[in-house]
Amino acid sequence: MTDQTPISREDRVEKLKGVGSQRKRVEDARFTQGKGNYVDDIKMPGMLFGDFVRSPYAHARVVSINTEAALKVPGVLAVLTAADLAPLGLHWMPTLAGDKQMVLADGKVLYQGQEVAFVVATDRYAAADGIEAVEVEYSELPVVVDPFKALLPDAPVLREDLEGKMVGAHGPRKHHNHIFTWEQGDKDATEAVLAGADVVAEEMVYYHRTHPCPLEPCGCVASMDKVNGKLTLYGTFQAPHAIRTVVSLISGIEEHNIRVISPDIGGGFGNKVGAYPGYVCSVVASIVTGKPVKWVEDRMDNLMTTAFARDYWMKGKIAATKEGKITGLWCHVTADHGGFDACADPTKFPAGFFNICTGSYDIPVAYLAVDGVYTNKAPGGVAYRCSFRVTEAAYFIERMVEILAIELGMDAAELRRINFIKADQFPYHSALGWEYDSGDYHTAWDKALAAVDYEGLRKEQAERVEAFKRGETRKLLGIGLTHFTEIVGAGPVKNCDILGLGMFDSCEIRIHPTGSAIARLGTISQGQGHATTFAQILASEIGLPADSITVEEGDTDTAPYGLGTYGSRSTPVAGAATAMAGRKIRAKAQMIAAYLLEVHDNDLEWDVDRFVVKGAPERFKTMKEIAFASYNQAIPGLEPGLEAVSYYDPPNMTYPFGAYICVMEIDVDTGVHEIRQFYALDDCGTRINPMIIEGQVHGGLTEALAIAMGQEIAYDEMGNCKTGTLMDFFVPTAWETPHYTTDHTTTPSPHHPIGAKGVGESPNVGGVPAFSNAVHDAFRAFGLRQSHMPHDHWRIWKIANGLGLHG
Amino acid sequence: MIPARFEYHRPADVASAIALLSEHGDEARVLAGGHSLIPMMKLRMAAVSHLVDLQDIADLSGIRIEGGRVTIGAMTTQHDLIVHDGLAQAAPILREAALQIADPQVRYMGTVGGNVANGDPGNDMPGLMQCLDATLHLVGPDGSREVAARDYYEAAYMTARADDEILTAISFDVNTGGYAYEKQKRKIGDYATAACGALVTMEGGTCTAASIAMTNLADTPIWSEEAGAALVGTACDTAAIDAAVAAATAAIDPTEDNRGPVAFKMHVAGIIIRRAILRAVSRA
Amino acid sequence: MGKQHYQITVNGEAKDILAEPRELLIHTLREQLNITGPHVGCETSHCGACTVDIDGRSIKACTVFTAQVAGKEITTVEGLGEPGKLHILQEMFKEHHGLQCGYCTPGMITRAHRLLQEIPNPTEEEVRFGIAGNLCRCTGYQNIVKSILAAAAVMNASQEAAE
Repeated sequence: MTDQTPISREDRVEKLKGVGSQRKRVEDARFTQGKGNYVDDIKMPGMLFGDFVRSPYAHARVVSINTEAALKVPGVLAVLTAADLAPLGLHWMPTLAGDKQMVLADGKVLYQGQEVAFVVATDRYAAADGIEAVEVEYSELPVVVDPFKALLPDAPVLREDLEGKMVGAHGPRKHHNHIFTWEQGDKDATEAVLAGADVVAEEMVYYHRTHPCPLEPCGCVASMDKVNGKLTLYGTFQAPHAIRTVVSLISGIEEHNIRVISPDIGGGFGNKVGAYPGYVCSVVASIVTGKPVKWVEDRMDNLMTTAFARDYWMKGKIAATKEGKITGLWCHVTADHGGFDACADPTKFPAGFFNICTGSYDIPVAYLAVDGVYTNKAPGGVAYRCSFRVTEAAYFIERMVEILAIELGMDAAELRRINFIKADQFPYHSALGWEYDSGDYHTAWDKALAAVDYEGLRKEQAERVEAFKRGETRKLLGIGLTHFTEIVGAGPVKNCDILGLGMFDSCEIRIHPTGSAIARLGTISQGQGHATTFAQILASEIGLPADSITVEEGDTDTAPYGLGTYGSRSTPVAGAATAMAGRKIRAKAQMIAAYLLEVHDNDLEWDVDRFVVKGAPERFKTMKEIAFASYNQAIPGLEPGLEAVSYYDPPNMTYPFGAYICVMEIDVDTGVHEIRQFYALDDCGTRINPMIIEGQVHGGLTEALAIAMGQEIAYDEMGNCKTGTLMDFFVPTAWETPHYTTDHTTTPSPHHPIGAKGVGESPNVGGVPAFSNAVHDAFRAFGLRQSHMPHDHWRIWKIANGLGLHG
Repeated sequence: MIPARFEYHRPADVASAIALLSEHGDEARVLAGGHSLIPMMKLRMAAVSHLVDLQDIADLSGIRIEGGRVTIGAMTTQHDLIVHDGLAQAAPILREAALQIADPQVRYMGTVGGNVANGDPGNDMPGLMQCLDATLHLVGPDGSREVAARDYYEAAYMTARADDEILTAISFDVNTGGYAYEKQKRKIGDYATAACGALVTMEGGTCTAASIAMTNLADTPIWSEEAGAALVGTACDTAAIDAAVAAATAAIDPTEDNRGPVAFKMHVAGIIIRRAILRAVSRA
Repeated sequence: MGKQHYQITVNGEAKDILAEPRELLIHTLREQLNITGPHVGCETSHCGACTVDIDGRSIKACTVFTAQVAGKEITTVEGLGEPGKLHILQEMFKEHHGLQCGYCTPGMITRAHRLLQEIPNPTEEEVRFGIAGNLCRCTGYQNIVKSILAAAAVMNASQEAAE
């Protein structure tokens, strides 16, 4: 069987739909017809439904729990409390951050909405009736929602379980509500530079608490088969293998007896990385009842209890010469982690990669300290559509640069330009310890400024200010600039692990006899289109059409071990594993082709989808032919079949970057804004599927818009969450969302097998400062330095009011 | 979010509905579009043992324009208001306002009666009805009565309607003057930070009638007689509009919520009221 | 009040539903009829993931009781295309990358279907306003709007061809 179709090389490349192709997504036929399979779509015979009794108080003792009436509610089968879990040692569970968290309230509650009891019933209606019938007596305790007040000497003790324990998972604790101090850089040298600098700009920059809020909330179905001793756990898991390991560690069930499956996931954005009490309670309830148990949170549960993001108070000092050359950066962060430390950062990085906070700039010396603090708020601190704490870092430096520009009386675009790391400085070693792999910031910046006619915009802005002063308009114009550098693709096993699990990722490929293939990965798509793009990477590597390659993820019984999808790590790590496994396939294919063509391996060269004899282009074997031969020919010295697996431990992170410009009109009287233009240039290295990249950028920018302009998790002084529904938690509709213009430069990563860097989170990292800087910039002429997000109507109004613009 | 159990009734006429309300007292609630009530029931913040669904009562729906009077059945939806061309001629402010309520799906279900009747200060229709000087038609066990929209609202969720009465229709005079409904909100689907309806009639350059009403700026809608009076007899020049805005803002009493503190709302209300008046004047 | 029988028509098929009056339509569809295209996102009628079409109106199925829709015709995303053949809207969402995680997609397409019945040739502004009852966290809407406009163009072209 010889494939002799005489088609041009160009057509053969086209047919593969490999890297660079605008391939349509293979997932979409299913999703558009309503045939997705999300966790709440899963049904099993006899399945029960569990749900929580939650605390109405932010800080209280649980005096008593009476379940008698609840157990009489028709359909209610069981009510679990901490007392039931304690004998199994499951009333607490480890967090990914080295802390532990109550599964069900053990004597007290630490935040509003905390899980107090788990009602198991025949369906969700009966469970809801049962919840209402559980009687809990609380005794209220003083509430601390402010992290600075939490560190006062007489602040109430939140974590009584840690009393007297003055060393935590990340070193010494200096107060009963203190979690850790994390220091990076050279403190003395930085302070010396600050002391002698021409100019030092100092400011507190707050990045408020918000929430990833995927449209599908978190949930699971646990099914313990007591006959064969196997536990199957379906759930909204961004890291299914890690969940399997965690479940094994806390339940004592051996890992081979646990099968974790992530079905389709309706968005994650960091919310679905961690382990939640619902998972543990469902497993226990399934063991207790012998039936499958489903738990799916509702939107209020989601917003109030599972994995918030940000809540960083960032005090900064930036030093520069009179000419604007930055000479040093100092930063202290007070990080509000809520009642338990449940961040999902790599173990050695309790503040994630916040030390990327020198940004895109060549800053000779820097110092950073982060203090983690407990408060009476929900736990979390996850990376909401960004790599670990990278959006906080980008926001910090992009605000500090703007504030320095004000201090120096300079144009903020020019200040950035004279401080960018230059193209010939890569690989660049930052003052806070990273090795930036590649970049060309000046080129990107100039392209962006030219695209929006930056000089023209500044001229228009100046004219607008004059017109405003003359009383001819009540609208101001803001030009929001951002040049961000991300750090993604965690990460090298030598310094990146979660719970001791190295942050490699994996791909296993099997080529079928007729020239199609299946690739299995340790990651899991939540909308990123892995089934489409990973097949493209592989198509380019092995010369089989992407349409002939199935990509499968999310089932721990079949997929190779991997750390999952978050922190934009899928392309940098699992994408690399895919390319490397593909190369193993190709190496073996080359030996098979050499045997078939009766030449030496070295006499062959790879050409799109085939090996060709050098100098004899008419003599070749296509990958399809080779695949068949691998199954039907006895080739001396080679095992039959064509399979490969790769576990990829990246040598470094990747450093995507971009230049974003937002042009915003602001109504000074009402605080209402309108985004007139948004230009986003991204450089994510090699571009695998431009269509998907563009979609990722649109989505990330819209999440950034939400965060910058209104979205927050807010508490009152009693610790009541004020933003528990989508009425108050801002998620923009199509009406509030602007049209975006996307653009790119391409600076491949030198260490990634195909030069790709990852893009899904860049628009959030760069977008937030771009929107926020536009608001600040609109008021720069009137003396504004810093005003905290979110910039909703009343906070923008407050800026104008504070600057005396309301007459 | 699962509601507690209730009994569901679907009467075919108003008398049967009233009988159900009389029988079950405050344990019964009428259901129109349900987009205010059902979320409250799901949150278990509204306890309802008997739900009386009005959808089968044919005479509660429809828009009639006769003899200079507009009558809108209580079960008429916001969507019905928007697509009714005759109404767009007879009272264009309603379409303008209805388009600013909630979102398309909610407007297909949300009814005029539901929006008007329950006294939710966030709803837009109550202020509009006061602006239009509408009459609310109530039917109870003792027969029917009429209440002026301007007399109907007592406090948040407290109205002149008795528990066993049903709002069947609203009616008002055809409005031919200038109109505007201005609403500031955080996003589609939100209640107003501040909203204002304005109707202004001008004859020969002089204002002959004006009506100004506001939404979500107190625990009831606020119709400001003084604001209208400040415009009547003037050319609606800057001084007159200043006086009207001053009168209207003097009548409101907003509370702090997630949309912002009182000072902000007071200021924004002034801006929104002014814009509503200016736009209404420009159309008069 | 115990369970009652309710007759509804879903995607052209008559169904007899036995349910408590408090059962929400979204649960009848998903749990009883295994029609899992409509999803639950917010439960307070803000997100539109549960959107279905009832007697020619786009309705959020999380905020309506099955008892209320007895006797009515319901269409879900499953009822738009034909087996093996995508509806034009479904095709255009795929063509223009109008979806990512897919969770909002059934509600979004069902809403867009009704919107194009009412405004067959909408402007971008009309599309954005017309889908403002449906939230999407992934796409930033730009490609959704593009998909709907493209579907309108295809539908209008085939309409003209037919005339």
